[in-house]
Amino acid sequence: MSEEVIHPAILEMCGATIAALQDPSRLVLENVHWSVRPGDFWVVAGPQYSGKSDLLLHAAGLMAPVDGTCHIFGCNTREFDETQLSERLRVGFTFADGRLFNQLTLANNIALPLRYHRELTDAEIARNVTTLLELLELTPFANVTPGNVAAVWRQRAALARALALKPELLLLDNPNGGPTARHRQWLVNFLDQLWRGHDFLGRRPLTLVVATDDLHPWQHPQRKFAALHEGHFSVLGAWGAEDFVRHHAVKELLAAPDGT
Amino acid sequence: MRGNLAKAFERANLQRFGHAPLPRSYTDYLGNQFFLLFLTVQGVAAFAMITLGVILKKSGVARGVMRPRVRQEMRRAGAALLPMFLFVALALGFLVIGQTVAALAKVGATGYLGSTMVIVVVRELGPLLTAMLVLARVGTANVIELGTARALGEVEALEALGIDPVHYLILPRVIGMALGVFALAIYLILGALASGCLFAFLANVPLTPGDYFQQIAESLTWLDFVLLALKTLAFGFFIAIVTCYHGLAQPLRLEDVSRVAVRAVTQGIIVCVLIDAVFIVVYLAT
Repeated sequence: MSEEVIHPAILEMCGATIAALQDPSRLVLENVHWSVRPGDFWVVAGPQYSGKSDLLLHAAGLMAPVDGTCHIFGCNTREFDETQLSERLRVGFTFADGRLFNQLTLANNIALPLRYHRELTDAEIARNVTTLLELLELTPFANVTPGNVAAVWRQRAALARALALKPELLLLDNPNGGPTARHRQWLVNFLDQLWRGHDFLGRRPLTLVVATDDLHPWQHPQRKFAALHEGHFSVLGAWGAEDFVRHHAVKELLAAPDGT
Repeated sequence: MRGNLAKAFERANLQRFGHAPLPRSYTDYLGNQFFLLFLTVQGVAAFAMITLGVILKKSGVARGVMRPRVRQEMRRAGAALLPMFLFVALALGFLVIGQTVAALAKVGATGYLGSTMVIVVVRELGPLLTAMLVLARVGTANVIELGTARALGEVEALEALGIDPVHYLILPRVIGMALGVFALAIYLILGALASGCLFAFLANVPLTPGDYFQQIAESLTWLDFVLLALKTLAFGFFIAIVTCYHGLAQPLRLEDVSRVAVRAVTQGIIVCVLIDAVFIVVYLAT
């Protein structure tokens, strides 16, 4: 029995043409064919301004492709509306710069999706938020507003906020992890735990898609790689596969100094 | 998208018209401005309809988050402005109403005092001044807050969390500002009438407080109460819509925020004057 039948894709793009968020008349990627199956860990590599963020915004259903289709959990993102909110909430998303709400403390940022979407008591929300703060080592900054913490903690808080609703698919835009090797290694290890099945998610493996311009930290035989180059999306297979080592963008990114 | 098109149109035409012969450049400039005005009116009207739809459809959604936000906006556009409004009410009473009372007393026309007060304070000055002050104090803050949030990508962050930005950001502001303008207008009117009475007393105008308030009470009709409520609610609603539209409904960069704030306040004033004109027609027709 084929893999498609056993595990239907949770994210599928067919001939998708991706436009830029800032200028929807500018096309950044064309003819994207991509299937993400449950339990996958995808690393999408590409230099800056290659369209990584726009690809992820489309993959999260925040934008609809100009041409072609994008399905998330079987729903066409072009037809996304309030009735498909429950499907939409199965996808978590973190922006490269965190994009926390500056008026709210880190704890309240994390609590916001729970307060908005789940009918939980204050005690239940507090319990969930405390767990996430501890997991992400954010407890000392719980009552601090985003403007008063370093970027690395903002990015972790954004990750905690995306995990609050326990998504099945998590999309991370350029999660560089921070300025030091310790922070970067911590992030890679934490995402690896999520992918394998973390206690917080009831040991359910989380499907992950990471868009990055630094390939070095993501080397792993079980991860799948794709690359963006000059408006084209290419599936490369595993680390070290023939397509992977030959791809222009991969060569370029691997030639850059190791950030870790 | 529409905002980008309008900006591109504006920039291209300003460059072209700058080199055109004078009469042509004036007419083209006016045409250009009229076109931009049309786009803005269309955008604001669409935004108002969307907001009304969200208010009707989602009034019961996420109450745990929305109720505190609505209360916060009511405090910001209402209770927090009370000290300023008490000062303005005193000033209005002393500077305008007291002098009107004194002038009427000089010509022996104190019998017209009630109807003059109702027309000047209750129907016109109270609601319009309230709207202008709320626009200046809260409307400007709205544009800057929302414009900054938009420029920093917080709107996309809300959408990524499955939260409707109109519901989360606009609905509390619209409800808070509509109720805030309504409540503050009543405070301003009562304060101005009371301080006007005080001024008349201090200026030895031959008019007892009892006669003063009796005349006002006799000049007020049920229509004044109904139209005062409708007018102030409309002022609050449209100030919120115009300021939120400029802050939120179009892609912004941080450097655009101050320019957009000025434009929003100008358009807010125009909208308030237009609403006021509509109510004047209603008063005159009844």
